[in-house]
Amino acid sequence: MTAPATDPQVLNRIYELAARIRLCDERVIKMLTGGEMAIIYYPVTGQEVLAAASGAVLRADDYVVTTYRGMHDQVAKGMPFGPLFAEYMGRVSGACKGKGGPMHITYPELGIMVTSGIVGGGLPIANGLGWAAQLLGQDRVTVVNFGDGAANIGAFHEALNLAALWDLPVVFLCQNNRYAEHTSYARSQRNEQVAPRAEGYGMAGVTVDGNDAAAIYSVLAEAVAKARRGEGPTLVEAMTYRFNGHYFGDPQEYMPTEEKKAAKAADPVKALRRKLIDEGHANEEDLAALEARIRAELDEAVAAAKAAPMPDLAELYTDVYAEELAS
Amino acid sequence: MSTIDAPGGTRLMGFGEALNDALDVALQIDPTVVLLGEDIDDESTGGNFKITAGLSTKHGDHRVRTTPISEQAIVGAAIGGALGGLRPVAEIMFVDFLAVAMDQIVNHAARLRYMSGGKTPVPITIRTASAGGQGFGGQHSGMLESWFTHVPGLKVVVPASADDAKGLLLSSIFDPDPVLFIESSRLYFGNMAFGEPGGDPRRLHVEVPLGDYRVPLGKARIRREGDAVTLVTYGRQVDDATKVADRLAEEGISVELIDLRSLVPLDLETVLASAAKTRRVVIFQEAVTRSGFGGELAARITEELFDTLEVPVRRLGAPNTPVPYAANLETAYQPSAEALAAEVRETVERKARAS
Ligand SMILES: Cc1ncc(C[n+]2csc(CCOP(=O)(O)OP(=O)(O)O)c2C)c(N)n1
Ligand SMILES: [Mg+2]
Repeated sequence: MTAPATDPQVLNRIYELAARIRLCDERVIKMLTGGEMAIIYYPVTGQEVLAAASGAVLRADDYVVTTYRGMHDQVAKGMPFGPLFAEYMGRVSGACKGKGGPMHITYPELGIMVTSGIVGGGLPIANGLGWAAQLLGQDRVTVVNFGDGAANIGAFHEALNLAALWDLPVVFLCQNNRYAEHTSYARSQRNEQVAPRAEGYGMAGVTVDGNDAAAIYSVLAEAVAKARRGEGPTLVEAMTYRFNGHYFGDPQEYMPTEEKKAAKAADPVKALRRKLIDEGHANEEDLAALEARIRAELDEAVAAAKAAPMPDLAELYTDVYAEELAS
Repeated sequence: MSTIDAPGGTRLMGFGEALNDALDVALQIDPTVVLLGEDIDDESTGGNFKITAGLSTKHGDHRVRTTPISEQAIVGAAIGGALGGLRPVAEIMFVDFLAVAMDQIVNHAARLRYMSGGKTPVPITIRTASAGGQGFGGQHSGMLESWFTHVPGLKVVVPASADDAKGLLLSSIFDPDPVLFIESSRLYFGNMAFGEPGGDPRRLHVEVPLGDYRVPLGKARIRREGDAVTLVTYGRQVDDATKVADRLAEEGISVELIDLRSLVPLDLETVLASAAKTRRVVIFQEAVTRSGFGGELAARITEELFDTLEVPVRRLGAPNTPVPYAANLETAYQPSAEALAAEVRETVERKARAS
């Protein structure tokens, strides 16, 4: 059973995961800014809390499917920093032996099954994970993460219909950060929200403040519990905001300054931290110690990644098939 | 259709600027030309690679339309628009995303003319960017031209330089058939990777004719004349091949370098004339070798010139693997200038078969 969202332990757990994500994101951005690493990176800054809540709800054997902007979802699911940074840097010790890269972090050991760079690509696959669990009599749930923009691609519509029809144990978590690349949500569809589309497929749909830890946690906890009971899928639309544009280095000239300022002023990670202290669920020293531990973990992961070798050139030809083909 | 002044002048332009100029000219001379694609209008920063920057402001956002992320809807609207009297130019951000719109492209755009007994031609252009060699990983680095050259009804154009980019794009837009127009995104940056430090992003700038400048589809460009070996390539490989040909010239090997410009229609005549002259042929492609366009070309040359060739036609392309991420693997994956030089040398030095 999942604990109620107001449980201080739950909020502390969400903060811990959110802090891991925020500090990891900060580290990546610092390395990119300082030229320590040159990769394509889609910052998750501003979207940490909803992912942390998802991580706090899910079990280790549940499945997660996510996108190129997926570091928060991966870390929330338990992705260790070591193989994450090693993969970013294309090292053999990376999660995918350096062959996938930042857009395709995969860690089935912890249920991180697919990270797709193709908008909408993950949704139909999540249905398959749900179907397998259903047929194999497992009570695992699949959470598939995607953006507001992905709600406009055919795969979204096909996947929602099938999931509803087959009562699949899948939670469709639409992270509505109000932009798809450089095009605003308002310029992408007529509907004010994504969640009401669920009704068209005979599925439950909920819009929730994804930056409010308690609110998003209780919605996700309910959706996941329902899926686990075999009562079918839910479309959860978590409202949030991208603080750092589409990709690292995005000049963001299409994002109004006032809007950005307001979002940053309501920084969900800082807000949760403040709430924990104000309500007496945590104290400053404990949180500072937690953050210091996370930073040390990041230091270690980055150092290990840097020291790790690149993949052997023979790796180019392996993993294409189960066995290498002669021609 | 109105016309614009063709002042006969030229301007030094890069690849992306030349494409922007071609689109601008097309929008000016024909009111039925429309552009659609993700992020392409100025409110959305003029496209992922800024190729359409300024065009919505100049020609109106009813003619230069940003779309939702909906590749099927983009290509479908282009097809329907064409049937209804428009001349749509669709932008699909990366070639890899063409996979999402494959049904519209293959089952519809390519086949409607034929299946209607010629009554419903589909004069659309699909512009798309390939992005290999930039650390983008397995889903953003593809070069997939052979998927489309295999589909009767589609034309496939792969420009290699700014002047050709402009001239071929204008010809594609006003072509009566659907054209897939593949732009190597590295050519937007002087054949460097996106954001690569150092180097000169203007190194491939050339003089580009102003106004309504067209380069016919199906006419290859001999980039360099030679008599020892024919090197056939297209797209961004032309830049590497040119460097290799220059280097080999210093070694005394005379390379005839052919830039195909379009794969369908194919200028087989130019290729065969050169192959008959040099009797030795190397084909160079970015894409995976297996079932690639180079294989088709090698077969066509061999069918025509089996008795003339002194050595077998050779292909150099990428290995039969997805595109890896790690920098060392991606470098090894890419058909390199060094490997090409070695391949050409070997082809030239190889003993001719006894005839
Ligand atoms: C099929 C496909 N079309 C286009 C793209 C290019 N692209 C990458 S991210 C993106 C925007 C996605 O927006 P959204 O779904 O809201 O997710 P966000 O990036 O905001 O997390 C686009 C258009 C892609 N990767 N795949
Ligand atoms: Mg979005």
